[in-house]
Amino acid sequence: MIIGLDVGGTHTDVVLLDPSGPVERTKVPTDETDLFRSILSGLDRILDGRDPGGIERIVLSTTLTTNAIVRDRVEPAGVLVCAGPGMDPELFRAGPHYHRVSGAMDHRGREIQPLDQDQIRTLAVRLGEQGIRHVAVVGKFSSRNPAHETRIAELIAPYVERVFMGHRTSGNLNFPRRIATAFLDASVYPIHRAFFEAVGAALREKGLTAPVHVMKADGGTMSLEASIESPGQTLLSGPAASIMGALPAACTDEDVVVLDIGGTTTDIAVLVGGVPLLQPLGIEIGPFKTLIRSLETRSIGIGGDSHVRVREGRLEIGPDRGGPPRALGGPEVTPTDAFVALGELESGDPALARAGIAEIGAALGLDERSAAQSIVEIACERILAAVDRMLARIDGQPVYTVHEMLEGYRVRPARILVLGGPAERFAPHLAAQARLPVSLVPDWGVANAIGAAMARTTCEVGLVADTERGLVSLSNGDAQWRCDRRYTREDALRQAGEALRALALASGADAEDMDMEVTEDLQFNIVNGFSTTGRNIRIGLQIKPGLIRGYRPSTSTPRSDPC
Amino acid sequence: MLKASHKTGLVFFPAFDWAIGPTHPEREERLLYTRDQVFEEGILDVEGIREYRPELASVEDVQRVHFCVPDVDSAMTESHYISAGGAMTIGRAVLDGEIERGFALVRPPGHHAMRMVHGGRGFCNVNNEAIMIEALRRRYGIRRVAIVDTDCHHGDGTQDIYWHDPDTLFISIHQDGRTLYPGSGFPEEQGGPNALGTTINIPLPPNTSDAGYLEIVRDTVLPILEEFEPELIVNSAGQDNHFSDPLTNMNFTARGYAELTTLLKPHIAVLEGGYSIEGALPYVNMGIILAMAGLDYGQVIEPDLCPESIAQSPEVGDYVRRLGELTRRNWRERHDRMAALRANGQRLQRRSRRIHYDTSGISERQEETVRLCERCGGALRIESTADQGWPVLAVHIPPHACEDCRRTGRDWFEEGKRGRFGRVFLQDRPEDRFEIA
Ligand SMILES: [Zn+2]
Ligand SMILES: [Zn+2]
Repeated sequence: MIIGLDVGGTHTDVVLLDPSGPVERTKVPTDETDLFRSILSGLDRILDGRDPGGIERIVLSTTLTTNAIVRDRVEPAGVLVCAGPGMDPELFRAGPHYHRVSGAMDHRGREIQPLDQDQIRTLAVRLGEQGIRHVAVVGKFSSRNPAHETRIAELIAPYVERVFMGHRTSGNLNFPRRIATAFLDASVYPIHRAFFEAVGAALREKGLTAPVHVMKADGGTMSLEASIESPGQTLLSGPAASIMGALPAACTDEDVVVLDIGGTTTDIAVLVGGVPLLQPLGIEIGPFKTLIRSLETRSIGIGGDSHVRVREGRLEIGPDRGGPPRALGGPEVTPTDAFVALGELESGDPALARAGIAEIGAALGLDERSAAQSIVEIACERILAAVDRMLARIDGQPVYTVHEMLEGYRVRPARILVLGGPAERFAPHLAAQARLPVSLVPDWGVANAIGAAMARTTCEVGLVADTERGLVSLSNGDAQWRCDRRYTREDALRQAGEALRALALASGADAEDMDMEVTEDLQFNIVNGFSTTGRNIRIGLQIKPGLIRGYRPSTSTPRSDPC
Repeated sequence: MLKASHKTGLVFFPAFDWAIGPTHPEREERLLYTRDQVFEEGILDVEGIREYRPELASVEDVQRVHFCVPDVDSAMTESHYISAGGAMTIGRAVLDGEIERGFALVRPPGHHAMRMVHGGRGFCNVNNEAIMIEALRRRYGIRRVAIVDTDCHHGDGTQDIYWHDPDTLFISIHQDGRTLYPGSGFPEEQGGPNALGTTINIPLPPNTSDAGYLEIVRDTVLPILEEFEPELIVNSAGQDNHFSDPLTNMNFTARGYAELTTLLKPHIAVLEGGYSIEGALPYVNMGIILAMAGLDYGQVIEPDLCPESIAQSPEVGDYVRRLGELTRRNWRERHDRMAALRANGQRLQRRSRRIHYDTSGISERQEETVRLCERCGGALRIESTADQGWPVLAVHIPPHACEDCRRTGRDWFEEGKRGRFGRVFLQDRPEDRFEIA
């Protein structure tokens, strides 16, 4: 059995699953000042009378780090950057303790300016004096050569508590995002560490020894131990969990659109052959654009509780929320009230809902029923239009080779899957308008907990070999090794595969369940004068997001309607 | 939040799977390190900078400009359709008002491709800028266009295409043809009899630095542009003037390129040559993009830049000043020269040329005839014989042709069909039609 534990800012949800689905669920309040008690009381209720030995896996998701960043309630973190030619690194300032130091690498990872050790030590002393305990160290092109970052980390280690290095965040090139990502790691570290310790203590208290995984924004998980190295990876993992919850209902031989309809927003994601699409770079949170891998999702400000009003004779829905629906005594009319007025939903006081809809109708010159229908129709229309925009954007993504340009995969969804609180009400109306069949995900209300519980460990590595320099570098680690001129693309693929496997196992992956995929496979001649002097080989490998063994549909037939 | 003061579009198409040959300068990784730099700088995350996926140019788009022998598909690889299409994508985004400016970082380049195409010249098969401009003219009805070619090599292909077009101002700034391929582009090359003065060649001496280059742009190119009043300014943005370029002898820097872009304010820049793929392109392209977007480029400095070693000599400075004076005088006197040229009452003007397609190893003989006309660019006929194959006849009727020139063009085409030609082509631009007989 699996425990899914979702620690939010106000509530902690706990579910217990077996291969057939959820068997137990509970909700307890979260007390951020005593996380240990909150988690323990949730576990108590779920495990009541059960043998902890029957639990084979525990998956956590948390919004604590996300909330802290969004509300800007984090301890100040220091940042040291080395930049080199290009844009002024001051433009990428993260926080008040941001310093540029000497040192630069070029695009092939060759040093073009050395570090100034005295300058770094002086800054480290100052950061220590200012009470800065966590520091991000980021270099331009550090994913090509991490030497400067590792040296700076060594130099400042005696003066601070923990250092986060940019090249560990991702193999992708994007210096400003690398700065933001390492800064977020350093910023949320104390909060995540408190969570990490409380969870560990609560699990020990209950005698739970199963492997513990933490949900990430890319729809995958990492081990609890790994999460302490990169706590920023827990940011915005909530929407990803819901999307993963739709996977059991999707066919693996078609493309599917997933709609996660909530109170104020609807998140849209796309599954291609049963696998969710990932964003090319990473999440955006508050003012930060990052390299934190995530699912490709679009959010539109329409949900069950969206504020409905008439402005200049036109119906407007969302993007704000004015509180609960009228039916529940809220101040503003919502789509939920429209469902109540249409007799499709029993919730609160139907008279209040109908009165609200009648107001809208009066402003539009419609009777109550027509007004309710218009609200639902327009909400669905807007959601479906957002789906079309997202698909167009995915198909319009730039490509960089003739082959990709001509053979480029076009997403052709065959179905829309709907989940989330108000999903059941919206589904038939969406079906009436959509060009595609619409189906409801089973367990549509708790899909997020199910998704988190069954998500598999994901990770990625990037390998760059420069045979002219005789050097191979691996991102997401500090490894670098020599190679000779005979080093080939096949060698690179093999070594990257071994590295990915090792990293995946360290992150808690099941050795028998790794769905590896090549994300980048390029090789170029390095030419000096008119002769080839070496090769530049770039390999990207990842483990795709997916469901763990034993918990995913064994055939292409989903558990809901037939495809 | 970092924001571009000018909305800027980019098409980035490095064609990582296309090369002329394995060690040829125009090979797969030419834009690899540029891509690395552009991605690493995070420039695509800046608000107001947008990346576009290139469209594919169509056969019709190519035929609006070129006569390809034997046909368009023989002249083009997929990469050529994408490269030209990438320029078109930026052009449309500018004229649709989505962006103020845009840069098509595409390969292969195109500025050595002339109107007749029997093969590749100077790594170019078809002319990306011309295909874009003629597509935009057709779609948006714009007329006056200026092309400033800042590639180190003379833009002889673009010059050939617009030689007779008074609506297109073509200015090429390049290393003197006596010292560099293709060996043309001298000040006396000023356009055909119907468009005298709207072709301007500024051949700079070897070892010209930022100072000389920017002086020419500021004192000579900008005033001429201002007087011409183009609706659209296109920059053929070659990057081989760079001090580290292996094929040329100039001393331009990345910041010089950025400064040039700031002065010129092109609506559309299209990448041309530039073969210092590690030492120059990453920095030059960053400089151009930042300058287009109105962002600071003060720290775009090549790691191996040594300002003393590329300082401009006083002799070069003097030469450049005199070249600027000569260019401005030619521009002022263009109407008088045109009048003088027409004074003898001639109705047709002919010229014979030999054109060498170095990239394909083909040689062509051309007999070109243009109808002298005061009302339009004039009907144009080209009899062309390549060293392998039959002679062909190509007839071009320009977009705003007068009635007489249209009739002349159609008559030439009909006569040609009965003649000794292996093939006869008609480019009827007022009708946007291409015929082959
Ligand atoms: Zn050139
Ligand atoms: Zn005429």
